[in-house]
Amino acid sequence: MYQEVILDHYKHPHGRGLRDGDAEVHHVNPTCGDEITLRVKYDGSTIADVSYEGQGCSISQASASVLNDLLVGKELAEAQKIQEVFLELMQSKGRLEPDDAMEEVLEDAVAFAGVSKYPARVKCALLSWMAWKDATAQALGETDGAPERKTA
Amino acid sequence: MTQLPGLLDTEAIRKDFPILDRRIHDGKKLVYLDNAATSQTPRQVLDVLNEYYEQHNANVHRGVHVLAEEATALYEGARDKVAAFINAPSRDEVIFTKNASESLNLVANMLGWADEPYRVDHETEIVITEMEHHSNIVPWQLLSQRTGAKLKWFGLTDDGRLDLSNIEEIITEKTKIVSFVLVSNILGTLNPVEAIVRRAQEVGALVLIDASQAAPHMPLDVQALQADFVAFTGHKMCGPTGIGVLWGRQELLEDLPPFLGGGEMIETVSMNSSTYAPAPHKFEAGTPPVSQAVGLGAAVDYLTAIGMDKIAAHEHAITEYAVKRLLEVPDLRIIGPTTAEDRGAAISFTLGDIHPHDVGQVLDEEGIAVRVGHHCARPVCLRYGIPATTRASFYLYSTPGEIDALVDGLEHVRNFFG
Repeated sequence: MYQEVILDHYKHPHGRGLRDGDAEVHHVNPTCGDEITLRVKYDGSTIADVSYEGQGCSISQASASVLNDLLVGKELAEAQKIQEVFLELMQSKGRLEPDDAMEEVLEDAVAFAGVSKYPARVKCALLSWMAWKDATAQALGETDGAPERKTA
Repeated sequence: MTQLPGLLDTEAIRKDFPILDRRIHDGKKLVYLDNAATSQTPRQVLDVLNEYYEQHNANVHRGVHVLAEEATALYEGARDKVAAFINAPSRDEVIFTKNASESLNLVANMLGWADEPYRVDHETEIVITEMEHHSNIVPWQLLSQRTGAKLKWFGLTDDGRLDLSNIEEIITEKTKIVSFVLVSNILGTLNPVEAIVRRAQEVGALVLIDASQAAPHMPLDVQALQADFVAFTGHKMCGPTGIGVLWGRQELLEDLPPFLGGGEMIETVSMNSSTYAPAPHKFEAGTPPVSQAVGLGAAVDYLTAIGMDKIAAHEHAITEYAVKRLLEVPDLRIIGPTTAEDRGAAISFTLGDIHPHDVGQVLDEEGIAVRVGHHCARPVCLRYGIPATTRASFYLYSTPGEIDALVDGLEHVRNFFG
């Protein structure tokens, strides 16, 4: 489960720290107590920045770092595709062996395939991704107005 | 192998627990250190459960056939065993519930519906502590919200003890009920019952003690405690899940109203009204957890044969050793008392900045089962400014070798995330 890639992102997170954004959300994972505050900045439909601060287990923190790597600079539609593929992988209960096509989309995030075998930890891996989805909806005006939500 | 004074013959005891022989994760020996969550079940209890279903299974109290009479005798026999185990003055003071949470909720609901002088209402106060399990917080929050009663609590000292310095401001003439834990499931603290009970009695408040983490581990004498109610659960004391106990003083059980209505708890029923059976049946609506009660009776027999004082001495020795060894681990901070004095066999700790879920996951890969999270006592985590803890908790079959395995495992965790 603890791939070297995950430990690297955990020990040396990419893009950590809160910067200017169009919307901010705070998500918590009540089973672990993982927390993340995440901001998104859009330049038209391009993701200019995803900044975050959080505390929690290595899986949740590494996942936020990987998200930052993967999504910043992408067009919204492409980012949504990546998010969907990551979600599919995390919901696979360890039965999905990432193929080349998936690896091309997810890059470092394929390292989380092993986490999907541990139901208690899937929420940790998805925390920042759900926060990003929520923040994006708010930034682009599809908000239902709820500033804080639980992922679980 | 480490020898400590007061240890039980764990080699013999462990033979009673087949699960402790399990190997996990490619042949690693199971080191089960999650006993505060649930204890393992000895063969003696499993055999009784099997025999119950193979030979005696029936519904209790109503039938006139042989099986119904046998099942009733076994169920009521379990009540006798539990009554003796806690030194209850009367067997009729022992109410079977499904767990300690239900026992605690039952008292909260009795008091919410009671007449004077027990009634909890907007002019009265409820007292708990900051180290309660959520099961002894939420029922009182619910009662407070529904009645308007004020909820107050004792805070904690930095070393994980109750801060009783303001006891006279916390427990006042307005207090109707003081409910507190005997041994904390997260801090391990053994609380000073006498001081709290004395103050409660001064102001005429009832006292409920949550003994979930005490009943499995030390002699429990409800008369010596001088409480009005004592709650605990079966599955933490070698019994099955689905069975809990509420002990209450007889005159209170006579005076207080029932909570759940249904079969078994009545005397007569007409379409307009009903009268109720005497306690304990008044509080046991519906078909009770019969086999689970019988299993708990067998667990009580098992523990009594070993001796609760001997089990307490064993756990004290193990806890003393564990505290000493854990404090040798760099960056490890015990959350709770850092000595074995007035302390139960659950030890919570943090390990540097490594998140407890990571600690628990890597320990699991080594075959070591611990608990991670807030242990249903989130206010304690908030009090000490931590998101969660790792908790190791011991029982009569725990060995010094398992403590050593835990300490080695924690070194491995530190290297892994270091």
